[in-house]
Amino acid sequence: MNRTRNLIGTWVGFLLILVWCLLPVVWIISLSFKGVGETAAGSPQFLPKDPTLQNYKDILNDGDFLDALRNSFGIALIATFLSVIFATLAAYAIARLEFRGKRLVLSLALAIAMFPVVSLVGPLFDLWRTFHLFNTWPGLIIPYMTFTLPLAIWTLSAFFREIPWEMEQAAQVDGATSWQAFRKVIVPLAAPGVFTAAILTFFFAWNEFVLAISLTSTTKSRTVPAQMSYFVGPDPFNPPYGQLATASVVVTVPIIIIVLLFQRKIVAGLTSGAVKG
Amino acid sequence: MSTTTAGRPGKVVASDRAKAENRLGLKLVAPAVVVMLVVTAYPMIQALYLSLYRYRLTTPDDKEFVGLSNYLTILSDSLFWQDTVNTVIIMIVTVAIELVIGFAFAMVMHRIVFARGAIRTSILIPYGIITVVSAFAWQFTFSINNGWVNSWFAWLPWIGPDTNWFGEHWPAMFAIMVSEIWKTTPFMALLLLAGLSQVSEDMIEAAKVDGATWWQRLWKVILPNMRAAIMVAVLFRALDAFRIFDNIFVMTRGAQDTESSSFLTYRQVIEQFQLGLGSALSVLLFLTVLLLAWLIVKLFRVDLAQARGEG
Repeated sequence: MNRTRNLIGTWVGFLLILVWCLLPVVWIISLSFKGVGETAAGSPQFLPKDPTLQNYKDILNDGDFLDALRNSFGIALIATFLSVIFATLAAYAIARLEFRGKRLVLSLALAIAMFPVVSLVGPLFDLWRTFHLFNTWPGLIIPYMTFTLPLAIWTLSAFFREIPWEMEQAAQVDGATSWQAFRKVIVPLAAPGVFTAAILTFFFAWNEFVLAISLTSTTKSRTVPAQMSYFVGPDPFNPPYGQLATASVVVTVPIIIIVLLFQRKIVAGLTSGAVKG
Repeated sequence: MSTTTAGRPGKVVASDRAKAENRLGLKLVAPAVVVMLVVTAYPMIQALYLSLYRYRLTTPDDKEFVGLSNYLTILSDSLFWQDTVNTVIIMIVTVAIELVIGFAFAMVMHRIVFARGAIRTSILIPYGIITVVSAFAWQFTFSINNGWVNSWFAWLPWIGPDTNWFGEHWPAMFAIMVSEIWKTTPFMALLLLAGLSQVSEDMIEAAKVDGATWWQRLWKVILPNMRAAIMVAVLFRALDAFRIFDNIFVMTRGAQDTESSSFLTYRQVIEQFQLGLGSALSVLLFLTVLLLAWLIVKLFRVDLAQARGEG
């Protein structure tokens, strides 16, 4: 009796979580198939009356949007790559070596993770104009590195702490050179952690909005979130629903693919930095 | 927990090896530290300096030292206080609701034996979706013309087909908070799930044998044992919620007095080129976040080092 009740409870909970997570996503997909006629007339119904692909055609022919998409990919990938390299070096040192200032580095990272990004916008705006970094890719890549390093360092040092480093020495005793020992033993053990940090970093850079609208002025470097906010048009209460929904679907697709492929790693990464004791 | 330092030479034998290790460690962390400082420490000092000036980018020749008058202007302005109150309300309400729903989700995920992959994948989708997209999704949800809220919830007495959610302060704040809660609850749930999996099953079982009810087991056994995880989750989410910007920018652009502290700072600096005044706001925002972090850590006695196995 109690067992059945538990099972029913779990099922209900399961369905509630699915609805919670997916309803807005299904809604935005549904909107992306509604024609201009339907949204302009006002269409409170959930599914499109007359599904159309017109929004997708429009979006994929929109040069500004494609530029933004290219900027987003380029900036996010470069920032992720550099940030993960720096974070790996730092996390290795933190997990493996004894040096003065170790706690200081961790505290600095923690402080930056909590930093209100907007409070840097003014001075950075000024500084970037002086150094001609305003409205350029590096102008976004550098701050993105700054704000993803803390998460990457924390996640990676938690991962690295669990690697049995003695195995490296054992391999050396068995006759491997230190490079061989590092490459054959440590790299395969560390790779999953590094990869997880890379995914989380990419998510951040893909999502970031405040800096993207403040430090760019044209589609030369404007990323998708910023570009989408300029889509709105003159009347903020009557946005071009269908096109915005379609753009939303397009930028969400990469995220969904990453989540589908790597959900286990992402969960491990998210929780290891913060909770693992 | 931290076994890496065991067996290393202590301070007494400060050998060459220890010195070399110290140097190597510093070299390896240097690039990361430099990048982190370049974009935070320097601009923060610059903000402190600029906040003492009257400085508008449109009239740069007019730059003049004004001491603390920017701070006085801000602190005596009701808009600043209105925005601070908004931000605090959003922070407290969203984090409180997320904690409850997130915990319920974590309990379900902890107990579930089927479809673990499916549930993990779906819970990561709101986490991964960009905030701007989630803000659009919810703006359209609450839209008077194209949203489904008004038609689905028409049975509630205060909702009709022409309920304009973005036409008044509280309904607009409600819509903003819903979008924030939707997007960040999964993160909370994942952190709490990790905390939950650290509570020993034996203890729960023992309490059960002793005749404790479900409610008693929850309050006396489960929650106290995951205190560290809960506090870390609350600390991170609270500070994150305090920076709220994207949703408000997309959903209302600050209309109906829904502006947040971050939004006010952005508007002064980027839209009005008030670098002096904006910098003072930046400094105040930074100090508020510091104070908040300190308060949460003190109030709840969060031991971050312990929570992550450093101690």
